[in-house]
Amino acid sequence: MLVWSRPGRIVLWVLFALIFGVLFLAPLAVILLSSLADQWNGVLPNGLTTEHYADVVKGAAWNSVKASLITGFLASALALVSGTWAALSLRLQGDALKQLLGLLFFIPSAVPSVSVGLGLLVAFSHPPLLLNGTVAIVMIAHFVLISAFTFGNVSAGLARLSPDFEQVASSLGARPAYRLWHVTLPLLAPYLVAAFGLSFALSMGELGATVMVYPPGWVTLPVSIFSLTDRGDIFAGAALTMILVVATLVLLLGLERVTARATGS
Amino acid sequence: MSAVAFTGTSVMDIDAAKVRGAGSNVHFDKVSVAYGAHVVLHPLTLDIAPGEILAMIGPSGSGKTTALRAVAGFVRPASGRIRIGATDVTDLPPYERGLGMVVQNYALFPHMRVEDNVAFGLRAQGADKALIAERVKDALGTVGMSAFARRYPRELSGGQQQRVAIARALAVRPRVLLLDEPLSALDAQIRRNMVEEIARLHRSLPGLTILYVTHDQTEALTLADKIAIMRDGRVCSHGPTTELYRRPPNRFTAEFLGRANLLPVTVEEPVGSKGFATARHGDAVLTGAGRDEKAGDKSLLCIRPQHLSLTADSEHTNRIVGTLREVHWQGELTHLVLDVDGTPVRVSATKLPTALPEPGARVPLFFAPADTSLLPEDAGV
Ligand SMILES: Nc1ncnc2c1ncn2[C@@H]1O[C@H](COP(=O)(O)OP(=O)(O)OP(=O)(O)O)[C@@H](O)[C@H]1O
Ligand SMILES: [Mg+2]
Repeated sequence: MLVWSRPGRIVLWVLFALIFGVLFLAPLAVILLSSLADQWNGVLPNGLTTEHYADVVKGAAWNSVKASLITGFLASALALVSGTWAALSLRLQGDALKQLLGLLFFIPSAVPSVSVGLGLLVAFSHPPLLLNGTVAIVMIAHFVLISAFTFGNVSAGLARLSPDFEQVASSLGARPAYRLWHVTLPLLAPYLVAAFGLSFALSMGELGATVMVYPPGWVTLPVSIFSLTDRGDIFAGAALTMILVVATLVLLLGLERVTARATGS
Repeated sequence: MSAVAFTGTSVMDIDAAKVRGAGSNVHFDKVSVAYGAHVVLHPLTLDIAPGEILAMIGPSGSGKTTALRAVAGFVRPASGRIRIGATDVTDLPPYERGLGMVVQNYALFPHMRVEDNVAFGLRAQGADKALIAERVKDALGTVGMSAFARRYPRELSGGQQQRVAIARALAVRPRVLLLDEPLSALDAQIRRNMVEEIARLHRSLPGLTILYVTHDQTEALTLADKIAIMRDGRVCSHGPTTELYRRPPNRFTAEFLGRANLLPVTVEEPVGSKGFATARHGDAVLTGAGRDEKAGDKSLLCIRPQHLSLTADSEHTNRIVGTLREVHWQGELTHLVLDVDGTPVRVSATKLPTALPEPGARVPLFFAPADTSLLPEDAGV
């Protein structure tokens, strides 16, 4: 909706600022303030300190960051490969099969993540499938939860890709593998990067399933935050949250920079 | 745009001769294509000679693209065989057919520079570096795009992209070049130039067989050695361009290739030794180029608008009279519409008598027997 009158535009801007400020910025600001708060009894903190950061860094923060980054990276990479693979193969199938399998891929994202965690725990707690208490089960949980998104993203990209590119490539003598590597995947690159970024962000924030399956020694950031706040250690939890937010943002921005350079735009 | 022209290079010429030796004719042998129960190409038998430009034209949905894609290998025939040279390619995948293809929107790879686009086919086939460099240079030179080698496709105009698409197809030295409405995304002015440049390109690569799909009759008439006219999944006529234009075998062809006046006549005397028959239209007895009509047959006499004259002379011996309905002046040409016993007749004239008759006047029209063609009444629409 285009509004041309000056007062109209001012009203719109104020409205936007209110919604954005209240819904997005306020919670973040509160967390930021808590992470720096000395004591917080009134409307604003009584004093500021970096003590909480020092505490968490001395404590388990570094291990949590490492666990989260490794889990996020591996699960996203795996989801990217299999989601892309699935999208590419499903493209060759008939419409009915395509829709059915496409639907199957989305089931995990419709099930509550706690249930996914529970399901994995039960399924993998007996030999020979004894993965209970291993890092692998965390990876699997994340993979199951995020692969629907990579699949969806890549499928959307493929649907928008004109078949002309691949057909011209074939007619020029490119075999399927060469064509995939030099034409299809590069043209899909923006969608692949978006898929990876989204998966990564989702994985970094995943709590429900992880809390069910995580082994000792592989406590991801959200799990750490959860247990800190559960114990009433709100300020430390806030400090760790800020670390999570910054780590995720830095990674996503870095990813964007890399692709911008690679695609030359 | 028009300042840059295709310039044939000698390396290409040598190769064209080699290709001609290899046999680059395309043969459709009763090829049919169906999508489910819907037959879009009825058994088609057609030959494209080595070095020939065949234009396939026809209305939208008539199966032109389908026929071209069957040659390229993207549509599987339900029956029949397709041969290129001596090779039966029906069961070969597209990447083993040795063709070049240019599609309507060019489909240049957006992530590659112009030179990498042109090199694509050779790299995919594993050609060695020196050869690739030489071929890319040649192909870009041929289409006048050498100066743009380092650009990305998005930095080129539509006409320039089109040239690169042609260069990319030529760089692999295809036996056959498939062009599917290559000019339809360009505006009229550039399109005219490009038609001429493709004609020039073909003169510099005389061995290259071209299947040119278009729905634009001007492109077909300008470029093609032969034309195949498609209609509802069938070839309804096929022949050398000028012959098809001058002697259309049926009504659909007459009306699809240029404008045609079709005067209903009754044959009086069948074709004589000079190839002319006489036929009657109302009171007028007319002489026209005939085929195998018999006396008494109902027939149509086809006369092109530019062959009708308002003045008589020793060649324009046929005479009909019509009532002038409309006059449209269009600069170079004046179009007249007359009513000849209920049949609308169009006249395109470059020069007109100084005193132009008023609409409503009875006007005699003259035309030469050699400019006419009798065609069967029932064929076509
Ligand atoms: N993938 C497909 N599935 C089903 N029908 C198709 C498919 N592709 C083409 N057709 C049908 O085949 C017929 C011929 O199509 P084709 O593309 O060959 O026409 P065309 O002569 O190239 O037309 P145009 O001038 O519009 O490009 C059309 O009726 C079209 O609807
Ligand atoms: Mg078409």
